[in-house]
Amino acid sequence: MISPADPHMDTAVLEAKNITVRFEGLEALSRLSFAISPRRIVSIIGPNGAGKTTLLNAITGVYPIHAGEILFQGKSISGLKPFQIAALGITRSFQQAQLFMNMTVLENVMVGMHSRTTSGFFKGMLRLPSERKEERIISAQSRDILDEFGLISKAADMAGHISILDQRRLEIARAMAARPKILLLDEPAAGLTIREMEAMADLILGLREKGQTIILVEHNMRLVMAISDHLIVLHHGVKIGEGRPEDIQKNRQVIEAYLGKKV
Amino acid sequence: MKHLPLPVFSLFVIALPLILSNNYYLMALNIAALNVVIVIGLNLLMGYAGQISLGHAAFFGLGAYLSAILTTTCGFPVWPTIPAAMAITAVVAYLIGIPTLKLEGHYLVMATLGFNVIVYIVMIQLSAVTGGPSGFAGIPRLQIGGFAFDSDLKIYYLFWAVAILVLILSLNLIHSRAGRAMAALSHNEIAARCTGIDTETYKVKIFVISAALASLAGSLYAHYISFISPGSFSIFFSLQAVTMVLVGGMGSVWGSLFGAILLSLLPEVLHSVKEYNVLVYGFILMAVLMFFPRGLFPAGRSFCIAMIRKKT
Amino acid sequence: MPQLVKLFQFTLSGLTTGSTYALIAIGFSIIHNATGIVNFAQGEFVMLGGMFMITFYGYLKLPMAAAFVLSVFAVAIIGLLLEKTALRPSRSQEVLNLVMITVGASIFIKGLSMAVWGKSAMTLAPFSGEDPILILGAAIMPQSIWIFGITLAVVAALSAFFVKTRTGKAMRAVAASRRSAMLAGIPVNRMIALSFFLSGALGAVAGIILTPVTTISYDAGIMLGLKGFSAAILGGYGSMIGAVAGGLLLGVLESLGAGLVSSEYKDVLAFLILLIVLFFKPGGIFGKGASRRV
Ligand SMILES: Nc1ncnc2c1ncn2[C@@H]1O[C@H](COP(=O)(O)OP(=O)(O)OP(=O)(O)O)[C@@H](O)[C@H]1O
Ligand SMILES: [Mg+2]
Repeated sequence: MISPADPHMDTAVLEAKNITVRFEGLEALSRLSFAISPRRIVSIIGPNGAGKTTLLNAITGVYPIHAGEILFQGKSISGLKPFQIAALGITRSFQQAQLFMNMTVLENVMVGMHSRTTSGFFKGMLRLPSERKEERIISAQSRDILDEFGLISKAADMAGHISILDQRRLEIARAMAARPKILLLDEPAAGLTIREMEAMADLILGLREKGQTIILVEHNMRLVMAISDHLIVLHHGVKIGEGRPEDIQKNRQVIEAYLGKKV
Repeated sequence: MKHLPLPVFSLFVIALPLILSNNYYLMALNIAALNVVIVIGLNLLMGYAGQISLGHAAFFGLGAYLSAILTTTCGFPVWPTIPAAMAITAVVAYLIGIPTLKLEGHYLVMATLGFNVIVYIVMIQLSAVTGGPSGFAGIPRLQIGGFAFDSDLKIYYLFWAVAILVLILSLNLIHSRAGRAMAALSHNEIAARCTGIDTETYKVKIFVISAALASLAGSLYAHYISFISPGSFSIFFSLQAVTMVLVGGMGSVWGSLFGAILLSLLPEVLHSVKEYNVLVYGFILMAVLMFFPRGLFPAGRSFCIAMIRKKT
Repeated sequence: MPQLVKLFQFTLSGLTTGSTYALIAIGFSIIHNATGIVNFAQGEFVMLGGMFMITFYGYLKLPMAAAFVLSVFAVAIIGLLLEKTALRPSRSQEVLNLVMITVGASIFIKGLSMAVWGKSAMTLAPFSGEDPILILGAAIMPQSIWIFGITLAVVAALSAFFVKTRTGKAMRAVAASRRSAMLAGIPVNRMIALSFFLSGALGAVAGIILTPVTTISYDAGIMLGLKGFSAAILGGYGSMIGAVAGGLLLGVLESLGAGLVSSEYKDVLAFLILLIVLFFKPGGIFGKGASRRV
């Protein structure tokens, strides 16, 4: 795992080189390049339709990229399937929470551990001792995670029956259950009240404290400016600015494209 | 509480022949046990992979004919032949599943339906091997060592032991890592993939397992009745199996048990219905889908729970 | 030389059955475009077309044209009923649920037909005699000419309908995007109902013109439906030109296979083609690439 002597410590964990994603004529991302340093919160901002969600979909392999390359820990992940990318250590939340509503809160987190565990059909059907041991371990670990995310009291509730804030939390908990190297969050604060937003900000900062690398897509400027280490600004699929929050706030082009109209 | 239904049901199964006097019902119950095996397998596919197969009669038939041909014509011993037939059927299912499971649900419906028709025609036309339309007779009965399963009662205990075993294995499965992965992919495929689940492989595996279970039932059927003919393996039986799953409720293993038993025994109870079997099945299928899309068994259970709550 | 004539003969008869497959395939496409579902009862429409024609023309001795129109109308109404009484009121509008309702409807219709028309195969006299016409040494039945002519007329009329008329354009708009069509004020539900009406009519036409060649029985629908579906897949699901091309191609392949290889396995061939196409080119030979968008 990451130790102070880690040679990757300050080189990029994730690097995009000139990536392009197209939808029938529309270029949703055009020759986009950036690098993500570890243990930071990097926020992607931009007006509606800028291509932020598309970027997360490209990184996680949900959409194919038509040109360019994405490197994760120095190796190309372009062309890999979403489950392979997740197994490598990139997991995410979705703009509209995509929980498994037919399962309990606890089970959702247990599913999140899928790529860290191995029991298959055969072991599952026969309840072999190794499978039971694995189940015990992941169930205990999932409870720990739920505890950490303040959801332990709802472990047995159906995922569809908990509040919006809890659903957002649960989605992050599920993504964290995979122990990802990079966590992608798509507008985790959308639709939350000011208070809930503060709770969400604390949660995200808490993850960073523990060394988690986070790519955050968020519309709310106050939240973004308060918690990000680094910002990337997209507009019509093109990167129009990049830097520390205080620098971005001074950038004219960015202000015109986005901040000026929005805030 | 959670583990109660299984022993209760098993005890009931063990005790039932003591109450029944008529051998005729025993035979119907034996067939019902085989249907339970097929329907639970099919439900894993329908309820957990969100895919429908209208070709399970073909897999059932493959098991039956492979067992018949390998034992009777080729002279292989019965017991090793049954898993061998399952393995061959599994390979066939794999070859069909690979291309079709990547597509939208109704492609599998059509592909399996088409496959069922092919298998049916081959059973009829390849008469040198299959006995053609008049069927295949003289299939050896089941026996272990010197013990022959030569009465309906002995078969009853064997088949229901198999059915309950399949029930237990399936219940285990759905509460395991693989079962959660299946439930995840049936509910939200994109989220499942981004959580690290190889959804395509999972779907193919479920399809293969459920085909193998149908094959198992087919082999047992052949060695029980000792005579098989293509008529038992037409697409109408595939439709019956799907109807049983839907009546029992997709994704409910206990529901499948209920659906399979209910619809297997229904024609025995309503003799006059037999002539209009097709009509009745078509009607049940449509009505259940229209009014109880989640299944009759789950709907009935919610209703009962609601009634009990009301009283107390 | 006789070998060549034989090939020509097989091709001709393949084109004949292929034409009816094309009509069935178009029926599948129209409903698929309007609703996104596969209508498994499409084959029953074909069977019903033949049965009604036999009843009106063979038994009730109505004039042929009247019997034809009446049969087509009757099956079109049955198509409409399927939509109005089974699919529309369904509590779950999930695609797979609706597809399975059409499966249920299909066996229900089959069961009813057995009760009404019995189990034995029924015949219908060809529209105009049975004296074959010789073309380049191959014999062609007058009924085949009827089949080509009617299929051509129907396809032409449909194309005109979809391109020229307001309603046809509205149906295409619904196929392109149900939401946009709704926003544009198109009565989407009416268009869906119309698609079932049209598909019923198309199926009936196919059944009426095919029955004199093949005879018809209550259980013929599934096979015909499967053939039509295979044709639709072959040509690229959802497209009208694809449906016609796929139907003709399937008919010819099947006829050549039956003539040159083995007639017992004629039906097997159709489904092997279906499986192979699904395997290598799920978008159909004339379609474009994958069929699922994430
Ligand atoms: N699957 C798709 N098919 C076609 N076009 C798409 C698809 N997904 C996104 N787009 C288009 O790509 C562009 C970028 O969309 P994207 O969802 O990435 O924007 P966003 O920055 O996340 O916006 P928002 O802030 O509204 O979430 C938009 O024009 C959108 O319409
Ligand atoms: Mg977005």
